[in-house]
Amino acid sequence: MADRLFAWSMSTCAFLVVLSLLWVLGDVVTEGLPHISWTFLFSAPENAGRAGGIAPILVSTFWILLIALVVALPIGLSVAVWLSEFAPVNSRFANNTGIVLDILAGVPSIVYGLFGNAFFSIYLGMGFSLLSGGLTLACMILPIFVRTCESGLRAVNNDWRRGALSLGMTKSAAIWHIILPGARPALVAGLILGLGRATAETAALLYTSGYVDRMPGSLLDSGRALSVHIYDLSMNVTGGDTAAYASALVLVILIMTLSILAQGMVDRWFKRRLVVS
Amino acid sequence: MNKRSQATYTDKTVPYTLGEIEQGAPCCIPEPVLRIQDLSVGYGNKTVLSRVSLDIHKGCITALIGPSGCGKTSFLSTLNRLTDHHEDARVSGHILFDGVDLLHDRVDTLKLRRRIGMIFQKPNPFPLSIWRNLDLPLKEHGVRERKVRQHKIEKALRDVGLWEEVSDRLDTSALSLSGGQQQRLCIARALVLEPEILLMDEPCSALDPLSSGVVEELIMRLSGRYTVVIVTHNLAQARRVANYAGFFWMTERVGTLVEFGQCQHLFETPTHELTAAYISGVRG
Repeated sequence: MADRLFAWSMSTCAFLVVLSLLWVLGDVVTEGLPHISWTFLFSAPENAGRAGGIAPILVSTFWILLIALVVALPIGLSVAVWLSEFAPVNSRFANNTGIVLDILAGVPSIVYGLFGNAFFSIYLGMGFSLLSGGLTLACMILPIFVRTCESGLRAVNNDWRRGALSLGMTKSAAIWHIILPGARPALVAGLILGLGRATAETAALLYTSGYVDRMPGSLLDSGRALSVHIYDLSMNVTGGDTAAYASALVLVILIMTLSILAQGMVDRWFKRRLVVS
Repeated sequence: MNKRSQATYTDKTVPYTLGEIEQGAPCCIPEPVLRIQDLSVGYGNKTVLSRVSLDIHKGCITALIGPSGCGKTSFLSTLNRLTDHHEDARVSGHILFDGVDLLHDRVDTLKLRRRIGMIFQKPNPFPLSIWRNLDLPLKEHGVRERKVRQHKIEKALRDVGLWEEVSDRLDTSALSLSGGQQQRLCIARALVLEPEILLMDEPCSALDPLSSGVVEELIMRLSGRYTVVIVTHNLAQARRVANYAGFFWMTERVGTLVEFGQCQHLFETPTHELTAAYISGVRG
C-alpha cells in the first residue's frame, strides 16, 4: 500500500512536470504561430517591433552564437582533455581549476553580463557589439561545457587507454582516435547544454551586445539577440505581445533545431572516424 | 616456427582451422631474450615486488603463477614500461633486452612497446571497426602503404584464426564480437605490429571455458615464433602451455619470486616447499 502511494505520488509529479512544459509550449505555439510568416522571418522590425519582422535579430543571434561556439569549443575541449588526461592526480592547479569552474558554472548570467561589459566592451574597447556579446557568452558556457566533457572523458573505459599505450601509440593519438570518440555522448551533451544556454541567454547580452535592432554591418556593431528582443517586446513595448510570442516560438524552434543538428554533426563526424580507415 | 605455418597464411586456398598447425615445440636451446636482474617495483611507499631475477627464453612460453596481489601483473607491466604511466610507480633493477637496459630513461618506449606487445585480462578492443582496430596501430607506427597494411592485417587475423569468422564484416564494430573473439582480436592487434615478445596478463580468465580453450590453443601455436610471458591463475593451464614457470609469493607483504625453472620441474619436483604446497592446493 505504501509503495503504491509512493509510486502514485511520484508519477503525479512527473505528470505535473510534463504538463507544465506542454502548457508553456502550447501557449507559445497558439499565441505565436498565427503571427509567423516569411515576411516575419525575413523583414526588419518596424514600430519598435510591433510590426515587421525579425531578420536582423536572427542575423545578430547567429553571429553571437557562432562567436561563442568558435571560442568556447576548442578552449573548453582542451581544458577538459587536460583535466582528465594530462593533469597529475594530486595537482593543486588541476583541483583548483575544477573548483573555479564549478563556481563559475553557478554564477548568475547577469554577473557575466557585467563582467563582459566591463572587460570586453569598456576595457578592450569593443563597445556594445556582437563580438563582446559572443565572447561574454563563450565565458558563460565554458565552465559547464568543460565539466560535462571532462566527466565524459573520465568515464571512458580505462582499458582502452592501457591498450593503446601497450601498442606503442602516443597518448595524443590515443586521445584523438579512441578517447574522444569514446566520450562522444558526453561531448554532444556538453555542446547542446552550452548551445541551449547561449541561445536562450538574455541578461548577459543586455550589457554587451546591446539593443540595436538594425541589421549589423560588422562584428563590432551592436546587435539584438532573439532573447533580448523577446524581453524588450514583452517588457518595454506595449502592444508587442504577439510579436514577442512569435519570436519566442522561433527561439524554441531554433534551440531544438540546433540541438538536433549538433547531435547529428558530432555523430557523423565520429562515425566516419570509427569505421573508415 | 615452421614452414607449414607460413604456408597457411600465404596460401589462401588452404582452409584454415585451429589446431592445424603443430603446437609449439619445447625450447631445446635456452637463449635468454630478456634478462631480468634484481627488479623491484613499488607504488608510493609500498613495495609490491622485491628483487626478482630471471631469464625469459626466446620462443618459449614462460608462465608466472602465484596468488593474487603478489606482483605478477606489476612485473609484467614493467617489461613494456607501462609502469611509466603510473604516477607514483618506482622501478629499480635491470631488464636487459638486446643488450640494452630497457629501464633506461633514454629508451624509446613507443618503439619498445612495438617489440613487446601486451594482452590484458579483459579483452579491450577499441570501440572502432574490426578493421580499424588493427589498422590504427599500424598507421601510428608509420606503415603508410595501404596494401602493406592490408596484408599485415589479414595475416594477423589468420594467425589468430579469426579471418574466416570476420572477413565478411570487417567494417562492423569490434564490440559486436563475442568475448573469445574479442580477445583473439586483441592478440591479433598485438601481432599485427610483429612483436618479438607477447606479455599476457591472465588472457583467459574473463572468458568462458570454450573460448578459453581456443585462446589457449592459440597461445601454444604462437610459441616458437614469439616469446610469450603469461600470468595465469589456472595451474593446469600453466602446466599445459608453458616451457618455463615462475612461482610468485608474498613474503612479509612483498611479492617475491620463490622459484623459477622448467615448467615440468617446477610442477613435478619443486625445490621449495611453498611451491609444492601451492601447486598441490594446500596453500594459496
